Amino acid sequence: MTLTVRDLHVAFETRGGRVNALRGVNLSVAPGETLGIVGESGSGKSVTAQAIMGLIDLPGRIEAGSITWNGKSLLEGDGYGTSVWGREISMIFQDPMTSLNPLMTIGAQICEVLTQHLGMTAEQARERAVDLLAAVGISGPRRRVDQYPHEFSGGMRQRAMIAMSIACNPKVLIADEPTTALDVTVQAQILDLLAELQSGLGLAIILITHDLGTVAGLCQRVAVMYSGRIVESQSVDAIFERPQHPYTQGLLRSTPRLDEPATRLLSIEGTPPSLMQADDGCAFRKRCPIAADACKEMPPLVTEGAVQIACHFPGRPAWQARQAG
Amino acid sequence: MVQLWAFAVDMVTLDFGDSLWQRRPAVEVVFERLPNTLLLIAASLAFAILVAIPLGAIAALRPGGFLDRLTMSIGLIGLATPQFFLGLVFIMVFAVQLKWLPTSGFGTAAHLVLPALTLAITPLARFTLMVRSSMIEELNQPYVRTARAKGMGRARILRVHTLRNILVPFMNLSAWELIVALSGYTVVVETVFAWPGLGHTAVQAIQRGDLFLMQAIVFTIAFMTVFITLLIDVASKLIDPRIKLN
Repeated sequence: MTLTVRDLHVAFETRGGRVNALRGVNLSVAPGETLGIVGESGSGKSVTAQAIMGLIDLPGRIEAGSITWNGKSLLEGDGYGTSVWGREISMIFQDPMTSLNPLMTIGAQICEVLTQHLGMTAEQARERAVDLLAAVGISGPRRRVDQYPHEFSGGMRQRAMIAMSIACNPKVLIADEPTTALDVTVQAQILDLLAELQSGLGLAIILITHDLGTVAGLCQRVAVMYSGRIVESQSVDAIFERPQHPYTQGLLRSTPRLDEPATRLLSIEGTPPSLMQADDGCAFRKRCPIAADACKEMPPLVTEGAVQIACHFPGRPAWQARQAG
Repeated sequence: MVQLWAFAVDMVTLDFGDSLWQRRPAVEVVFERLPNTLLLIAASLAFAILVAIPLGAIAALRPGGFLDRLTMSIGLIGLATPQFFLGLVFIMVFAVQLKWLPTSGFGTAAHLVLPALTLAITPLARFTLMVRSSMIEELNQPYVRTARAKGMGRARILRVHTLRNILVPFMNLSAWELIVALSGYTVVVETVFAWPGLGHTAVQAIQRGDLFLMQAIVFTIAFMTVFITLLIDVASKLIDPRIKLN
């Protein structure tokens, strides 16, 4: 029961040229595991999730690589995908305001999954939908099930989305920035709900976010993406303790801390490289303080025990220890 | 004041006076011809709607694809073709050459086919283009992505998810086509195919200066227009619960 992504390349043909959104992504998720994918905008986090769910549309194209579930490819278009998506692997999205069909009742949208994948009758599906709404903490589910999305608040809609995604007891839940569009107190509630479901249902969760705090709270393992590749992947404790890749170090360094009276916020100098140009070297080398000649060659993703890293100088501190002021 | 009151009472009791031309109550003429026109419009709009929705939806699946371009081209030609010309071509091909259908007249179902088809072409083209463009827009909505992530097939997404979302604007366009057809647009087709409908009668009433008959026709159409608009508003509310009726 593992989801495996191997050497995934995704490119978008646009009027301005080819955008290489993913350039060799490798990851796998085992049952019960929580993987966080972090990275800045445009690093390919969401594209990875969309590729897994078969949501890459023209002008986008999966150029190379494989995505397998239980050893079988999801990319063949032989109907295996549609039998897995929504049933064994499901996804919740960033914006619960627009991700629900405005003209279908919440109940109808949940029941749809149940009748399609589990062959339930309308009455069975409705009963289960009521139970699901109760399970995700919506009060008065019997009344709520017949309401439309516009009658729900943002947090409630995300709860309804979660109810929909866990309807068939999936093995993997992909959450693409599930709390970005919500206000802070609701964010915490949704994350608590996800953690609860994870332990209750033995669900594997792939949490996509740019918020390191969210990752620290919920995930066991973290993959850091930069410019369409995973540059570092290891356990959440280790990554906060001993970040190996210079980018991860920079990312953690630029996170404001409450316990230090920093007068100004630190950032990583420069901007990420354009995804349009084909570049053979390490994508981070132009911003990396310890870049050397060796970095003109692409560092492979090396696995050592539980640690995966793509850097020629792993573990070397890229910045001096944090100075006050 | 007294005159106005008398006029209003006449309206409500459908007493429009006698037709100068036919020498019988105008309302009788209207009620005799109206069903014929309604039959013609109903057949042609039903045909246009039933064909346009799947056609537009299929075209929308791959914008810029072969089927899309074909549908668009035929749609534009359909919009640009004058009805009287199309009607005559149909008569030439299906009635004169192939002898499948009668050239004109009224009575059997076979008589209905050609006029209904001719009348259907313009709305059909307009509906198809409209369904296509709204479907393309809806298919890019995030809720469609959600439906796909739930493992729903394309057919189901089109049939259940996006169709519902384009239904309100589509109904408004259909209602508009219906009103246009009612308010005399059928006259060309009725003339070409000698169909005894209301549009044809209206033109004759004008030619003969038959004021009372004309008044009866205009009143009937105005009443139906209001009624249709009201009906569409109520139906829109049923489909989209976010719409507020005042």
